[in-house]
Amino acid sequence: MNVLEYVADRWDRLSLQAFLHVSAVVQCTVLAALLGVAIGVAVYRSPAGSALATALASTILTIPSFALLALLIPVFGLGADTTVIALVLYALLPIVRNTIVGLGGVDPAVSDAARGIGMSRFGVLTRVELRLAWPAILAGMRVATQMLMGIAVIAAYAKGPGLGSEVFSGLANAGSANSMNQALTGTIGVVVLALLLDGVYVLVNRFTVSRGVRG
Amino acid sequence: MAEKGIEIRLDHVTKRYAGQKAAAVDDFSMVVPAGQVVVFVGPSGCGKTTTMRMINRLIEPTSGTITIGGEDALKIDPDDLRRRVGYAIQQAGLFPHFTVAQNIGIVPGLLGWDKKRTADRVDEMMDLVGLDPGEFAGRFPRQLSGGQQQRVGVARALAADPPVLLMDEPFGAVDPITRGHLQDELLRLQNELRKTIVFVTHDFDEAVKLGDKIAVLGDRSTILQYATPDAILANPADDTVAGFVGAGASLKALTLTRVRDVELGHAVTARADADPSTVDLGAEKWLLVLDRRDRPVRWATQNELRRASSLASIGRPVQDSVTLQSTLRDALEAMVNEGGRAVVTGSRGEYVGTLDLTTVTDVVQQLRANS
Ligand SMILES: Nc1ncnc2c1ncn2[C@@H]1O[C@H](COP(=O)(O)OP(=O)(O)OP(=O)(O)O)[C@@H](O)[C@H]1O
Ligand SMILES: [Mg+2]
Repeated sequence: MNVLEYVADRWDRLSLQAFLHVSAVVQCTVLAALLGVAIGVAVYRSPAGSALATALASTILTIPSFALLALLIPVFGLGADTTVIALVLYALLPIVRNTIVGLGGVDPAVSDAARGIGMSRFGVLTRVELRLAWPAILAGMRVATQMLMGIAVIAAYAKGPGLGSEVFSGLANAGSANSMNQALTGTIGVVVLALLLDGVYVLVNRFTVSRGVRG
Repeated sequence: MAEKGIEIRLDHVTKRYAGQKAAAVDDFSMVVPAGQVVVFVGPSGCGKTTTMRMINRLIEPTSGTITIGGEDALKIDPDDLRRRVGYAIQQAGLFPHFTVAQNIGIVPGLLGWDKKRTADRVDEMMDLVGLDPGEFAGRFPRQLSGGQQQRVGVARALAADPPVLLMDEPFGAVDPITRGHLQDELLRLQNELRKTIVFVTHDFDEAVKLGDKIAVLGDRSTILQYATPDAILANPADDTVAGFVGAGASLKALTLTRVRDVELGHAVTARADADPSTVDLGAEKWLLVLDRRDRPVRWATQNELRRASSLASIGRPVQDSVTLQSTLRDALEAMVNEGGRAVVTGSRGEYVGTLDLTTVTDVVQQLRANS
C-alpha cells in the first residue's frame, strides 16, 4: 500500500485527527492571543515590565516540549488539559513580544492627538493603539500557529488530540506493515495543514488590517 | 451658526513635573480674550507646550485655576472638556488607519452626533480647509502631502465647532511656502469663525502674522511681554524680547506700517488718449499711462514715448500695484516685481501716487531710531 492508498483507506480517522489537530492549534493560539495581548497591554508602558514579560515568555520557549509535557503531566494528567496548557505557554512569546513592540511603535503624536481630542483612555487603547499594533500582533499569532502545529505533534505524548498520534504510533511500530505510511501521513499532514493555516492568515490580514497601515 | 470664542483665564498656574526641582511653568497668569488669537512664542523648552496642555488638562496643573468661559476647567470631566476644546499639533497626529473623513468625524462621533449630521459636517469642514471631499474623503493620511495632513488636522480640531482651539506648532513641519498658505487660511477661517485660539510657535514672524496678541515667554513660562504685535515690535520690553524679535525687526515692522501712513511720490502721468507729442517728461525717466478712469495701465520710457504715435499700447503694462491699505512689506514686494517704483491706487483703483525704495528705507530708519 502506498501513502495515497493508505490515506484513502483511513480517511475517516485521518480527517478527524487533522481536524482535531487544527482545532487544538487554532483554539490555543486564540487563547494565547487573548492572554498575550492582555499581558502586553499591562506592561508596554513600563520598560522594566516589558523586559520581564518578554524574558519570562522566552524562558518558557527554551524548555524542550517533551520536558514541559513531562512537568505538566503529573499535575494535569494525560489529555487535553496538559496539551492546551503547553501549547498556550509556547504561543505566548511571539504574541507578547509582538504586542509590546506593536504598541510601543505607535507614534506618540497619534496617541497624544487621540487623548487631546477627547477619546477616553480605553478608547485610545482599543480604537487607536491596538488597531495600529494589530498587524504586529497578527504576525505574532502567525508565528505562534506555525510553531504550535509542530509542537502539537509532540503533545500526542501526553495523549493530546491530533495527527501526533499517527506519527508516534508509526514510529513506535517501525518495521511493521504500514508504519512508514502512518508516520509519513502524520508528518505530511501537519505540513500541509500548516501551509493552509498560513494562507488563512494572509486572508485575515487582508480583511482586518486597514488599508491606511497595510505595507 | 458657528460657536464664537469664549474667554480663557489662567490664574497663578504652576506645573512641577514629578522628580524635577524647578517648575516647568511658574505662577502663570493670563487672560486670553474671547475670539482672539494669542500666540505663545519663546525658546525651546521654556514651557509653551506645558502651559497650553494644561488648558485642556492633558497635563494637570500642580496648582492654580483655569477657567474657560467662566467655567472651572478643573471641575469638568477631562474627556468632556477635550471634546469641547479643539486640539491640533505638529505632524497633525492623524489616525493612520482611518480615512480623512473618519479622522474629521471622530469628535462628532464621540459627541454622539448621528451619521448624517456627522457626514454633512465632515464635508463642510473639508470645504472649509480647501480639500475637495470627492477627492480626499476616502484617502488615508499617508496618501496626503504634509500640508494636506495639516489641513485635515485643523479640520478635525474644528469639526465639533469648539469655541476654543489649541494649536501647538501646527505648521511647524511643512515647507515655508505651504506654511504661508496655511497661515493665510487660518486667518481667513478665523475671520469667519472668531474662535479663541491659543497658538504655540517658535517662529516670531508667524506670531506677528497670526497673533492679535503675542505672549513672549521666557524660562519656566514667565511672561516677558504680553501685547499686540506692533507694540512688541516697536517697544520690546527688555533685551531678551528684543533678541527674540530678532535682527529682522525692521522688516517685520514693515508689515505693521501701511502705505497710507507714509508720504507718496509722484510720477509723470498722462491719459492713454492724449497726444504723445504733448507729453513732457522733463527730468523724469518714466511715464505712467492712465486709462479714462485714471487707473494706471502702462509704464513707458523717454525713448518709447519719442517713437510712439499713441499712448494706448506704449511701453509695458503695470503688473503689480498696491493700495493705501497695503502694508509696506506688500509695497516692497510690488517694487521687486515691478523692478522699481510701486504704483499706489485708491479705493476705486485710481492712481494716487508712487512709492520708491528710498521711502521704505527712510521708514525703516525711522522705526529703528524710535525703538
Ligand atoms: N512629561 C514631562 N516630564 C518631565 N519634564 C517635562 C515633561 N514635559 C516637558 N518637560 C520639561 O518641561 C520644560 C518645558 O517643556 P515644554 O515641552 O513645555 O517646552 P516648550 O516650550 O513647548 O518647548 P519646545 O519649543 O521645544 O516645544 C522642559 O524643560 C521639559 O524638559
Ligand atoms: Mg512644545
